[in-house]
Amino acid sequence: MEQDLNVVKAELGKHGVFTTTFEDLYNWGRKNSVWPLTFGLACCAIEMIATTMARYDLARFGAEIFRPSPRQADLIIVSGTITKKMAPLVVRLYNQMPEPKYVIAMGACAISGGPFRDGYNVLKGIDRYIPVDVHIPGCPPRPEALIHAFMTLQEKIAGQHISGGDRPRHLKAELPSEFDIPEYGEHGLEPASNDEVFPPVQSGPFKVIQ
Amino acid sequence: MIAEELKAAIEEAVPGAVVAVVANGSPSAQHSLLLDSDHAFEVARFLRDDPELRLDFCSNVTGIDWLDTEVSEKVKVAKLVDGVEQTVEETRKTWVLGYLEAVYHLFSMEKKLGPVVLRMRTKDRGEYVHLPSLTPLWRSAEFQEREIFDLYGIVFDGHPDLRRILMWDELTDHPMRKDYVPPADDDAEVMEAVQR
Repeated sequence: MEQDLNVVKAELGKHGVFTTTFEDLYNWGRKNSVWPLTFGLACCAIEMIATTMARYDLARFGAEIFRPSPRQADLIIVSGTITKKMAPLVVRLYNQMPEPKYVIAMGACAISGGPFRDGYNVLKGIDRYIPVDVHIPGCPPRPEALIHAFMTLQEKIAGQHISGGDRPRHLKAELPSEFDIPEYGEHGLEPASNDEVFPPVQSGPFKVIQ
Repeated sequence: MIAEELKAAIEEAVPGAVVAVVANGSPSAQHSLLLDSDHAFEVARFLRDDPELRLDFCSNVTGIDWLDTEVSEKVKVAKLVDGVEQTVEETRKTWVLGYLEAVYHLFSMEKKLGPVVLRMRTKDRGEYVHLPSLTPLWRSAEFQEREIFDLYGIVFDGHPDLRRILMWDELTDHPMRKDYVPPADDDAEVMEAVQR
């Protein structure tokens, strides 16, 4: 069905007739006006700032407006080391953002704890508490890598359906848009991860092949 | 000023103070003074205010954790072997109780002196972890003593605002202690799966 539609669209395009669907128009608008949150944690934030400046110019992708309030932001770029003391605040910021909202985990620290993984004070990846849309490896990733992540996110937004069973999380009323904020415990954060977004290994991405 | 001279000057100025010189065997030969915690505050005040020393700047405070250690020494013992008295060499093992240590580096801006290294030791690593705070003398020690309190668990008596500075208040551990074990819960299962 969707393929037929694309064929018709392409054929009409050859004759100078522009056709689109409401979904495409809607997603086209959304993907080109993603407003990130003004939020940096460590050295990756410096690369993020560089990305927004004239040389790399993230404004080309419609994301030049970094909002100073989570209430006005669509995207949180977790750029840097998340200490255990900071982690609840990152989750709180995410919870305060309105839907639809997206997360880019930028750099080795944000995706796994990076070089500080074995330390006593660093969270082993923000995906333990909030759902991450795009992971960027690197220490720190170059601005090109962040731009690539941003384009990946744009592709993801463009591919979302506004109706049907495969519609994204923010269009499913029964799915949560806020996640539990971990608490400071006597030995570490409690809980150490949120099973809702970071399932235990048995059902997770690490399958044991016997 | 040489450490021995300092020791003599301190013991003359502060009656009752017990000062020991801790030698540094490295080429830097930066020997330090071990103070008894009862007189440490008075000694520090003397070092700061003495017109010849004027150690007016405390550049650095840090902590060290010394675990309980087993020391073995060889002792010659007279023993009866087959009815004949002989000198036999025996290894005797003794436990040395661990302690926590605070190290202060002092300089004099006025006299261009320094560093003078002070050490203070707690009685043990468990219950008696109190040391006098030198923050009333050098304000620069305030945050660093808080950091030592946070990460090593030394309680500085007389500190104006002794709270954790890096970790959260609810934490009960002291992460820089050598016997600290980070919570396994947040890592174990993933690492296990990756290694398989």
